[in-house]
Amino acid sequence: MTSVSAATGIVARDVCKSFGEHVVLDKVSLAVEEGTILALLGPNGAGKTTMVRILSTLIPADSGSMRIAGHDVVTDPDGVRAIIGVTGQFSAVDNLLTGAENLQLMADLRHLGREAGRRRVAELLEQFDLTDAAHKLLSTYSGGMRRRLDLAMTLVDQPRVIFLDEPTTGLDPRSRRTMWEIIRELAAAGVTILLTTQNLDEADHLAHQIAVLDRGRIVAEGTPAELKSRIPGGHVRFHFADLHEFHSAADLLPAAGPDQDQLVLQVPADDSVDSLRELLDQLHRARIPVERLSIHTPDLDDVFFAVTGSHVSAQPDQDPTPQGAER
Amino acid sequence: MTTLAYRLSDSRVMLRRNLKHQLRYPSMTVMLIGLPIVLLLLFVYVFGGQLGAGLGPHLGRHAYLDYVVPGLLLITVASVVQGTSIMVAMDMTGGIIDRFRTMAIARASVLIGHVLGSLIQTLAAMAILIGVAFGLGFHSSAGPLEWLAAIGILALFAFALIWLAVALGLAAKSVETASNTPMILLLLLFLSSGFVSTATMPTGLRQFAEYQPFTPVADTVRGLFSGGAIGGHAIAAIAWSVGIAVLAYIWAVRLYNTRRAAEQN
Repeated sequence: MTSVSAATGIVARDVCKSFGEHVVLDKVSLAVEEGTILALLGPNGAGKTTMVRILSTLIPADSGSMRIAGHDVVTDPDGVRAIIGVTGQFSAVDNLLTGAENLQLMADLRHLGREAGRRRVAELLEQFDLTDAAHKLLSTYSGGMRRRLDLAMTLVDQPRVIFLDEPTTGLDPRSRRTMWEIIRELAAAGVTILLTTQNLDEADHLAHQIAVLDRGRIVAEGTPAELKSRIPGGHVRFHFADLHEFHSAADLLPAAGPDQDQLVLQVPADDSVDSLRELLDQLHRARIPVERLSIHTPDLDDVFFAVTGSHVSAQPDQDPTPQGAER
Repeated sequence: MTTLAYRLSDSRVMLRRNLKHQLRYPSMTVMLIGLPIVLLLLFVYVFGGQLGAGLGPHLGRHAYLDYVVPGLLLITVASVVQGTSIMVAMDMTGGIIDRFRTMAIARASVLIGHVLGSLIQTLAAMAILIGVAFGLGFHSSAGPLEWLAAIGILALFAFALIWLAVALGLAAKSVETASNTPMILLLLLFLSSGFVSTATMPTGLRQFAEYQPFTPVADTVRGLFSGGAIGGHAIAAIAWSVGIAVLAYIWAVRLYNTRRAAEQN
């Protein structure tokens, strides 16, 4: 664990994968430095899950080279498996066992030994706030608890590289925060993390690097700050009660995009309190009453519009990996 | 530890998981073990009087009990393997199989866990059934050696059908399918010498019954229990068992290696 060299982290070069005629990944390259988080950002059907499945040795790529912490995914899959942890999109837990038994199962399969295994299980139950539910069957677990257990199972043998496929999808905001905290702590402890998400906010909060995947191609990559600098800022929408107020406001705020039918003005602004106060002060001084307002922050669609000039590609709901396609 | 030790350890862990599943899913376990007992009572007390009379003059319910026990032991096997198929399909359609596949564990250990778990379940279920049969007045002239041979033949046949059930569970796209396909085995069993002598069947059916795997197994076990001749039946039973086991094993391993877990929603 002490040797830090070029042979760490995740390196993938020109990864291609098709299911029949359908090209899912088209020469995807990415690199994740040791101890950092890369977010693979993209809509449904972009190929995120397929990329994770290939890197975690679940399905073979058609071509391309991939190394995980120096181990070649194609020629040394068992070497890869010994050092990675994977938490997939669908909960990979055993529903007929208790939380503690699930963790113990992982400890046994990782050959931790009786004492070390038991210690690690207790440690993880504590860390993931599952101690009280440790001996309950999973059928009594909430969605957030299952997701936490799922991640805990991934961490039993302290993997050096972790793949997280949409780790917070379907979680309530509080569970999502907890999950983010755990993920950040892992990276701080030196774990290399590749996570997929559809959520710009999540990528922004967690990732050191973001790669935007669209229809099997990386269309943009960089730090969150670099990416955001390419996205136009958000805007504030003011709703007015009548036409007179609407026109007065339109005269007052020339930068606004007016929508007379709906009596709405769309004014470019970031989501800082100062810029919002400035706008409201202007309207207040001119004695124009605002019925209500809404603030729009940049989202995945804006990223796509900025980097591809088109909106999020309309794709079916699922990653295009038909059942048993590689049979 | 050596690689072999790791492999054994992985399989043992998976076996323990499987046995725990059986305890955690008692409704299924009880149903699979209970069905043969209900059928035993049905065959002996409802059909037994008349069917027994067909076995020979002055024979009846009691003689039929002795005749039908091997058939019901095979019902036990067919019943338990239905559970095997369901459990395998549950694993394959859930997310856990993908977790196992991304871990450096002996790949076959998942399947071996299912097979050994089901074998233990079968033997336990057969022991319970024989216990009930003795309670009803089952009589056997078999000595320890014959008992051992009968258990061996049944265990070997169960082993073969369990691998078949594993393959069926792997091939099934859903748990429902996996629970239905092994029903075929029950039907095959009824078209064998398990419950009535094949000599009483119409010609076409009789030929079919005589050349399918359940008949030689039932005849061998019946012969061992009654101290009668088992002749070539044992060889046929062993040949069928080994053949089914080998083919089902190859099929199962191939399915397991190529098929990825169905996406669930």
